[in-house]
Amino acid sequence: MAEIHLIGRAASPGLAIGPVTMLTAVVARRTASDDPAQEAAALRAAIEGARAELAEQIKTIQGEVADILEFQVAMLEDDALAVAAYEVISEGITAHHAWRLALDVEIAGYRAAEDEYFRARAADIVDIRDRVLAHLSGVDTIARIAAGSIVAADDITPSAFLAADWSHGGAIALAGGSPSSHVAMLARSRGAPMVVGLGPLSWNGQPPGLALVDGDAGSVIFDPEPETRRLFEQRMTAANAALAAAESASHAPAYTADGRRIAVLLNIAAPEDLAGLDPAICDGIGLVRTEFLFETSLGLPDEDTQYAVYRRILDWAQGRPVTIRTLDAGGDKPIKGVTIDGESNPFLGLRGIRLSLARPEVFRVQLRALARAAVHGALKVMLPMIAVPGELDRAGVLLDAEFAVLTAAGVACARPPLGIMVEVPAAALCAEDFDAAFYSIGSNDLTQYTMAAARDIGSVAELNDAGNPAVLALIARTVEAARKRGVEVSLCGDAAADTHLTTALLATGLTSLSVAPVAVARLKAAIAKVGS
Amino acid sequence: MHDVNASRAANAFAPLTASAVLVNAVGLHARPSVKLTQCAKGFAAKIEFALAPDGPWTDAKSPVKVMRVKAPQGATLHFRVAGPDGKAALAAVLALVHDGFGEA
Repeated sequence: MAEIHLIGRAASPGLAIGPVTMLTAVVARRTASDDPAQEAAALRAAIEGARAELAEQIKTIQGEVADILEFQVAMLEDDALAVAAYEVISEGITAHHAWRLALDVEIAGYRAAEDEYFRARAADIVDIRDRVLAHLSGVDTIARIAAGSIVAADDITPSAFLAADWSHGGAIALAGGSPSSHVAMLARSRGAPMVVGLGPLSWNGQPPGLALVDGDAGSVIFDPEPETRRLFEQRMTAANAALAAAESASHAPAYTADGRRIAVLLNIAAPEDLAGLDPAICDGIGLVRTEFLFETSLGLPDEDTQYAVYRRILDWAQGRPVTIRTLDAGGDKPIKGVTIDGESNPFLGLRGIRLSLARPEVFRVQLRALARAAVHGALKVMLPMIAVPGELDRAGVLLDAEFAVLTAAGVACARPPLGIMVEVPAAALCAEDFDAAFYSIGSNDLTQYTMAAARDIGSVAELNDAGNPAVLALIARTVEAARKRGVEVSLCGDAAADTHLTTALLATGLTSLSVAPVAVARLKAAIAKVGS
Repeated sequence: MHDVNASRAANAFAPLTASAVLVNAVGLHARPSVKLTQCAKGFAAKIEFALAPDGPWTDAKSPVKVMRVKAPQGATLHFRVAGPDGKAALAAVLALVHDGFGEA
């Protein structure tokens, strides 16, 4: 039997080898009643049973998985989902047939969506359909998947994925599916390789016994020849060794292959991002976004609320430096009661430090909270969207004034060093002219302002390239200014986590990168290869 | 489907309207839809939205109907709210959209 090579799209990285489990639709049998009222009652009970079962599952889990199941619960709680089914039941159709008809219309609606994300929701509705059918017929229709097996199917539901044990290998190979599906999200978080869009899985004669799944390249080989299998297993061994090395190295300081020490800092958006994290994985926190404090419906946060949050973060860091950015509202981050509505071009409008200086009453409260928190650790304060030195100077005057007020009142406080975020090309070009205690390069805005291309506008997204020589030149210029002035410089922003750019970024002289916690191990592994 | 009682109660109040742009990355998808309907259900007011200022209107309390709209990122959501707590309801749903449902 010749091996079968299929090419699809990568949905979750990694390599896997294992026996093939084919998922086929389970046909449930159920004896229906002739009475429409009884059939309607049976459907109602099945929907409630499915909802209660999911609600019970949610209690035992958290995070992404819980969100996915909560979506299904919300759909099941909505009478609109079953309206069409009850209508045809009243016309004499059986409950299971009616439910299937109604949900298949719903599923077809999602499959026809233009947007890939909404198309991917079809798998969730299939899951809902099958779960209710299972309750109607009183049998368990959720297919069981043996641990370590390669699941081959047209598509797979979140329930089927969650029912399997993925801690001992295994992978998913789908004829259809989508990298945006909930199952793909789950597979990525559980480390199960997944390839989608392989096209029809048809076999001559008997189904395949073994499969090799390459979730990096997006390909699957069914029934490999011994030599193919041997080469694949060699690759797996090497990849596993590299992964294990990266994991164990994530607690160690990062060095390039030629021995340069690189500080790896964390970007966080809220103190919750630090839950369960060991501070030893990082050299400090390079960016705390404070917008989350202002995005509640409770109005603007008072000084004590802010102080408590900043202090929690400093306590976590155990003496490591923590850079907190003052409110960066405006642009793509409107905040009710603070930002100006209806600006013709918010990205070039009153945002970041410009807004803070225009609304000093909000800014002063934040500066006071920061000065109070500064006694609890190595706090640094960063100002966003600085374009000219006058903005830094004015913020410095405000900080001095609040520090003086607190000191006069006998409140414990310290004046944290004030640095600037370099994200406006003007600030990068003239970085030396700023009396900043440090620089932090915000590569997202620096790239979009330099290239005049927003990354969320698909037609120009290709121009939005942090690796463009013009952007790298501005970064290098900022690094040089920091060297001349003897102050620290780091880079936060998505470019820091893009390991394709690590070599180019370190070539500018940068020795400090700040990334989301999830990217730390990967970045440290990429740094270790630079200069080899 | 119109809820007769809700319409009757709502008739006593002039509908309030406002719009907001969807800023979160993947539009009004599963999680934002659930958040929007949970928020809307916290108010007595009738809360509807549409992709155009003149409708067709969708009940913001029904996740099934909200998902059927398949509103993409960058779409403008027009809200129409009527009821005793309409003002607070409108402010709450607008804040949710402005905040990118907490995931922008």
